[in-house]
Amino acid sequence: MDLSVHGVSPATREFGCEQNLLSRPDGSASFIQGNTSVLAGVYGPAEVKVSKEIYDRATLEVVMQPKIGLPGVRERAREQCVRETCEAALLSTLHPRSSLTLILQEVHDDGSLLACCLNAACMALMDAGLPMSCLFCGITCVIDTDGQIITDPTLQQEKESRALMTFAIDSTDKRVLMSSTKGSISIQELQEAIALSQKASHRIFEFYRGSVSRRYSKTLK
Amino acid sequence: MFNSFKEKISEVLLPGDVFTFDLPDLASNVKPEKVICGPGLRRDGDDVRVCKCGILRHKPPNVFWIDSQQKRYVPVKGETVIGVVTAKSGDIFKVDVGGSELASLSYLAFEGATKRNRPNVQVGDLVFAQFIIANKDMEPELVCIDSCGRANGMGVFGEGGFLFRVSLGLVRRLLAPQSEIVADLSGLFPCELVVGLNGRVWVKAKSTQQTLILANLLESCENMTSNQRQALFKRVADGAL
Repeated sequence: MDLSVHGVSPATREFGCEQNLLSRPDGSASFIQGNTSVLAGVYGPAEVKVSKEIYDRATLEVVMQPKIGLPGVRERAREQCVRETCEAALLSTLHPRSSLTLILQEVHDDGSLLACCLNAACMALMDAGLPMSCLFCGITCVIDTDGQIITDPTLQQEKESRALMTFAIDSTDKRVLMSSTKGSISIQELQEAIALSQKASHRIFEFYRGSVSRRYSKTLK
Repeated sequence: MFNSFKEKISEVLLPGDVFTFDLPDLASNVKPEKVICGPGLRRDGDDVRVCKCGILRHKPPNVFWIDSQQKRYVPVKGETVIGVVTAKSGDIFKVDVGGSELASLSYLAFEGATKRNRPNVQVGDLVFAQFIIANKDMEPELVCIDSCGRANGMGVFGEGGFLFRVSLGLVRRLLAPQSEIVADLSGLFPCELVVGLNGRVWVKAKSTQQTLILANLLESCENMTSNQRQALFKRVADGAL
């Protein structure tokens, strides 16, 4: 298969991240991609309601709060995407009969919101010190009307696109953990988008490492 | 085998990082090396994987673990913690230690306690106790005696004092042998300090004011380098604050 995506890393906006910025949750992080910004908080492993108890692993609950108004169907769909990705990465069998709660607050949406939520979630889970088999990151790609694939689009680019895809990629084998697509895509385009996202994921994982190292720099000595 | 670990000592590692080893030939007479993996490291087939983010630490000869900054406590057998008695039911107390479940504490697990001579423990009291059962599948259980039946510093707290929470990383730094923070702190006021591995710290000094100063200083130690800390402690000792 000819994938014309070799060479330079795909363009993404600037990333920013701050961990442990909230005092009450066990882990918290804010993640910024360009003008898109999400705040995440993690509680757990904590006591679980008997009705939600799972005897051999932790119960993960994801709550997403929109910027304005009450959470609706769109938020529930995103919650499910994030939850399934986190469940794949977390070693939840190490904390059976406990609850993990992840709260995501949208601060500003300028495109790639789901990807930003995934990144914020990963940083917050890491900050909480929960055992994970690997890290994950989220990347959004759009295909514009000329058939060009753009990674990490802005809201404007999302609106002008004909298809929108979000992938969650794990850090060890760069496999796709979750995908969410909207619009019509050919198989070739999907493969290309996945390859591009895998390439872009390197930069995000590098950013994760840099940002965690900076956080631990004071305790190194 | 050690080399792949030794290269990474004092480096920040993230979940998913892998240590691979070139296994020695079974036919050769090389004695296999043993490595003990502590928190944050897991064996996965022939590799060792990191499952928490933090700094790789090493204790000679062959112990390795990940030192991470977290806030939520997970009970571990043998660790001493500060708990709050939340309920009395029959012959056990329920104690909140900050984990995912309440721990149980038998009324017989105090020094000198017998069936007739019950210890004086009320709901809301603080206890300093040790885990004898702590694993993911069972209810954690605490005792306030050591294996010889002596209190050995454990038991119910007396009047006064102040309890506050810090991160688990800071607690471990406070409890480390020859801890610099404790050495710096001891130069300020005479005080009593009880540190539980669940992130709770109890201090008591001569006056309430001194107690609060100590509590605030300890909380601020979280994000300071040793130079910054010493400068701050010096200012407090000089009476500037």
